Amino acid sequence: MTTPVPAPTVPPASAGGPDLSARFPGVVSADTRPGCSGWIVEKDSLLEVATKLRDDLGYDYLSSVTGVDYLPEDKMEVVYHAYKTTGGAGIVFKVQAPRHDPVEVPSLVSIYPGAELQEREAWDLLGIKFIGHPDLRRILMWEGFAGHPLRKDWHEAYFEEESKPFKSRWPDGQIVQAESQNRFNDNIAYPPRFDPAHQTFDTESALYDALRTYQKEEIGLDTDHIIVNIGPQHPSTHGVFRVAVVLDGETIVSLKPVMGYLHRNHEKIGERNTYIMNMPYTDRLDYLASMSNNFGYALAVEKLMSIQPAERAEYIRVIMAELTRISNHLFLIGTLLNDLGAYFTPMLYALEERELILDIFEAVAGSRMMCNYFRFGGVARDLPDGTLQKIKDIAFERLPRKIDELDRFVSENEIVRSRCIGQGILTADDAIKYSTAGPLLRASGIPYDVRRADPYSIYERFEFEVCTRPNGDLYDRLMIRFDEIRQSIRIIQQAVKQVPEGPVTSMKPIYQVRVPPGEAYGRVEGPKGELGFYLVSNGKPNPWRYHVRAPSFINLTAFGPMCIGLKIADLVAILGSIDIVLGEVDR
Amino acid sequence: MRRRCTKSYLVQTHFIGKSGVNVDLDNLNSPKYNIPPEMQGQVAITSLDRIYNWGRRSSVWPLMFGLACCAIEMICTAASRYDLARFGMEIMRASPRQSDLMIIAGTVTKKMMPAIVRLYNQMPEPKYVLAMGACASGGGPFKEGYNVVSGVDRYIPVDVYVPGCPPTPQALLNGLMKVQEKIDGESIKKARWYQKGPDQVEIPVPMLGPDLIDPRKVDLITNNGKA
Repeated sequence: MTTPVPAPTVPPASAGGPDLSARFPGVVSADTRPGCSGWIVEKDSLLEVATKLRDDLGYDYLSSVTGVDYLPEDKMEVVYHAYKTTGGAGIVFKVQAPRHDPVEVPSLVSIYPGAELQEREAWDLLGIKFIGHPDLRRILMWEGFAGHPLRKDWHEAYFEEESKPFKSRWPDGQIVQAESQNRFNDNIAYPPRFDPAHQTFDTESALYDALRTYQKEEIGLDTDHIIVNIGPQHPSTHGVFRVAVVLDGETIVSLKPVMGYLHRNHEKIGERNTYIMNMPYTDRLDYLASMSNNFGYALAVEKLMSIQPAERAEYIRVIMAELTRISNHLFLIGTLLNDLGAYFTPMLYALEERELILDIFEAVAGSRMMCNYFRFGGVARDLPDGTLQKIKDIAFERLPRKIDELDRFVSENEIVRSRCIGQGILTADDAIKYSTAGPLLRASGIPYDVRRADPYSIYERFEFEVCTRPNGDLYDRLMIRFDEIRQSIRIIQQAVKQVPEGPVTSMKPIYQVRVPPGEAYGRVEGPKGELGFYLVSNGKPNPWRYHVRAPSFINLTAFGPMCIGLKIADLVAILGSIDIVLGEVDR
Repeated sequence: MRRRCTKSYLVQTHFIGKSGVNVDLDNLNSPKYNIPPEMQGQVAITSLDRIYNWGRRSSVWPLMFGLACCAIEMICTAASRYDLARFGMEIMRASPRQSDLMIIAGTVTKKMMPAIVRLYNQMPEPKYVLAMGACASGGGPFKEGYNVVSGVDRYIPVDVYVPGCPPTPQALLNGLMKVQEKIDGESIKKARWYQKGPDQVEIPVPMLGPDLIDPRKVDLITNNGKA
């Protein structure tokens, strides 16, 4: 076991950016805890400070909202990461509240509507009540679930110890079945003296009540509005996603996304795990882009540990992340056309190329999808012989040709054009307002790409364009994927030529890394948008808080506003163009 | 591989083109019965069970139902490189009423469990369940999670388990071939869904309360809760 290590004296990063404590005297103070940065805002002044941050200082993009349970200090903290869509470093501000029930914090939805789903998540998992939130319901668990699972004093049914490796299993290597520890011999726990036979449970009525809160337009015929549920088992929802809509005829008048059907408790498991144990779990977040997830997590931990990855590893990382982006976008193009009705044929074209990329992943990492390839300070192993040549063949020969071919089939197709152009528009203002990220944001005309706006790794060394499209409709969101694939190919072409020789990791591979206390937010431009990992360390071998800023989850904030007023058939296409992966939406 | 069959029937089939890949044509064309020379090559003799199972095994329609990461490998299995169509299984049905096989492709969560049981109940017999991957088989890497079911077989019967996280398409194909083997071994005479009585057993749908509640275990929950 590692002993707690002292915090490095280097980063008082609250110094970066404007000095909020001078601007808001008495209300904002710098966060002086070891390894921490940012500003602590008084709870009552949060709305005022946030409004000024957005309007006067230009932090118009609220990237991440999450809570941290500081059980030993008996308080809860809500952490906000805001950025400027014009680029540059962000600002972190925090609100603290005493840990009484209920923990109350003002809601920022009126200032940053993108906080809506994230605040609901913090309510669901941490029990932080956001005063003024328009629709504060549970989001990942169901209504009626007992407790708020991410609280540090809440224990799951299979609870054994606060942190891994569990003493019962390591180092002696015993095998203990988790079931044998539970009185029901299953992964379930109930409140004391619970009697299910004499109770009824209602998980749905809160959803339907929320659905019915919409403005009824009094024009023409008085028609009945009907509620339609799509999902969780539906071929167009890309997994176990559910949408509840109210229809007036075929027109959507109210819509609520319902998620959590794949909530796999990444964050709770992540807080029990040691740092390196979380690497394979990140693969399973956005399972179409495991290398990108590895990248974000590795960056966050490296930031905490203040280490620099090896030079060769940096290039390998970039190549792998860009290959991931290509394979993800190919998959999206296939599934979106599926949703538009071109059943499986475009998918076959797309998957053919994706398989070639998966072959490379299998060669370097040993697994097609769950690569688990990045390590703190580098990557797990060097490229095997011949792989670089394979990547070159793909990047210089095959992919550019095949992408052009697929582009020609799709973009000139009369049906695709008439179906997509002008449909499902997300305006630039709305895209920023709802904190959308990635291709969704850029298809609305905002040239915001973390690789350029706040460069990480070695992206500064490569020439590429931040693709944008002006209209923000379905067609733009489809075509921007082609643009981004081309830019990714361009990056790979430059990177494979420059890969230096040398070691692939800057530190020796160890099982238990020593992470000093502090916090870090590592973000990368994943294929679906800004993927962030927020980590709080207290110097122990496992993170105190492990939060994932999942782009496809937050992109769904804009889903409802985009669909309302359109026909029910457009809903499927719009959802397809957002590009959600349920592993990441629900985590 | 030959199996003992209960009764033999004369089945007249017209083999057209290259159909019938799974039938041993030489074996069928030279049975122990005397076939008049003018009918040889046009009449085949087999058992009803075999021809019936051959038809069923070659058109197993899976439910189009992906839960998590494994679903992506399932899609890859259906795509050109691994080509599920070779097995007559490429027609994934979005409706449980039209499907024969449920591939539980991914992590089964408590919130999803009622929906899965409902889907299973809606599938007509004969139906098969394949648990794809570690999560569906036993909880997998997420077993300790508070919202994760420790294996789908706690609620619905599973025919074939495919290990892996996720299983490669080759592994899934192997699992599907195991389903076919299981079909081969069945007999019309003994099949439950041809017997008297209800043609299928409804599984009580779990409820979402403070935690997932299995209606079959209400007594256990009440008694253990008192203790």
